[in-house]
Amino acid sequence: MDSSRRRILQFLGLTGLAVTAKPVLNALAAEQEHGAAAEPTIKKDDAALEARQWAMVIDTREFHSEADVEPLVEACHSIHNVPRLENKNHEIKWIWPTHYHNAFPGKAARFLSEDVEHKPFLVLCNHCENPPCVRACPTKATFKREWDGIVMMDFHRCIGCRFCMVACPYGARSFNFRDPRPFIAETNKKFPTRMKGVVEKCNFCAERLAVGQLPACVEASEGKLTFGDLYDPESEVRELIRTHYTIRRKQTVGTEPAVYYIV
Amino acid sequence: MKDKKFIILGLIVFLVIVLFPFWYMRGKAAPKPEVVLTEKALAAKVCVRSTEFMRAEHMQLLDLWRHSVVRNGERIYVNPDGKQYNMSLSNTCLDCHSNKAEFCDRCHNYASVRPYCWSCHIENPKEST
Repeated sequence: MDSSRRRILQFLGLTGLAVTAKPVLNALAAEQEHGAAAEPTIKKDDAALEARQWAMVIDTREFHSEADVEPLVEACHSIHNVPRLENKNHEIKWIWPTHYHNAFPGKAARFLSEDVEHKPFLVLCNHCENPPCVRACPTKATFKREWDGIVMMDFHRCIGCRFCMVACPYGARSFNFRDPRPFIAETNKKFPTRMKGVVEKCNFCAERLAVGQLPACVEASEGKLTFGDLYDPESEVRELIRTHYTIRRKQTVGTEPAVYYIV
Repeated sequence: MKDKKFIILGLIVFLVIVLFPFWYMRGKAAPKPEVVLTEKALAAKVCVRSTEFMRAEHMQLLDLWRHSVVRNGERIYVNPDGKQYNMSLSNTCLDCHSNKAEFCDRCHNYASVRPYCWSCHIENPKEST
């Protein structure tokens, strides 16, 4: 082989060119392909309802007995495949009625009006503006949606540590101690169930808002519940808050709950 | 070196045991799984993406869908042809592929993968219980 200096330099130069040309050609080819087939895109439904912070106003004056509350709870629990477990320790609840002194501890006086003392108060996840459950979650399975303030659960990530249940001052979260499937009377095929070992709670019907529907409980309430954007001064919820005296659950703990009660 | 024959015998026994799955199953490859398409899937002809893409990358696609829907609240997938799909395993995928046992399971069993999708997602959206 002729190994003069000139030949070696020529060889090195050509090799260098060949090595660098390959990725460039590849990149060009990829770009051409890219031009031919458009990339898939992902977007929201055009009908989706939007807000900065979803909020709810519950007019407790309209609820007198369990019978007034039942259809709302049923509406929620049936579409979300919430199981009905008789054992209190295993119970799963997204929205449920409770007594005034449980809903508003610290606000219950020694003597109360008979009406208030006995009637049911609907409670659910407050979708706090400063949610302690989100801070407690070690896997970010529960998170606050930055665009509309809903405190969501990502069941895929939940490891069932239950820190969030301890952190929530409202007891809004339930743990699946058992496989929930056998306890769902009628499964809504459009919505997933949960599995043993995850925590669950109200999701403000994020799946319904995404297609332009109001939450199931609001729809079933016939006007007793109002839903809207807390930061839109023109919204229905703001109008109600402006014109009525409202209270929130455990306001002093600083979680800024987004569910308001007209009493 | 008087234990030479024991060592060699031991090595042979060891190799026979370790290679047991290979010589035992020699020439008997498990048959390739045959997936069955439902009439609806056949009529539709195309999936969300091309068949090759779906075959190779449906798990990445589903992972992307899960992330977009749950964490970003974005539920519509527009494929390269501009067609829109609701990103839902039970309501979109299983709408066409309503035969999970003959479609999903056959390959998954063959490849010995056990996705836990079905412990929450409804696997028979069409059937009435």
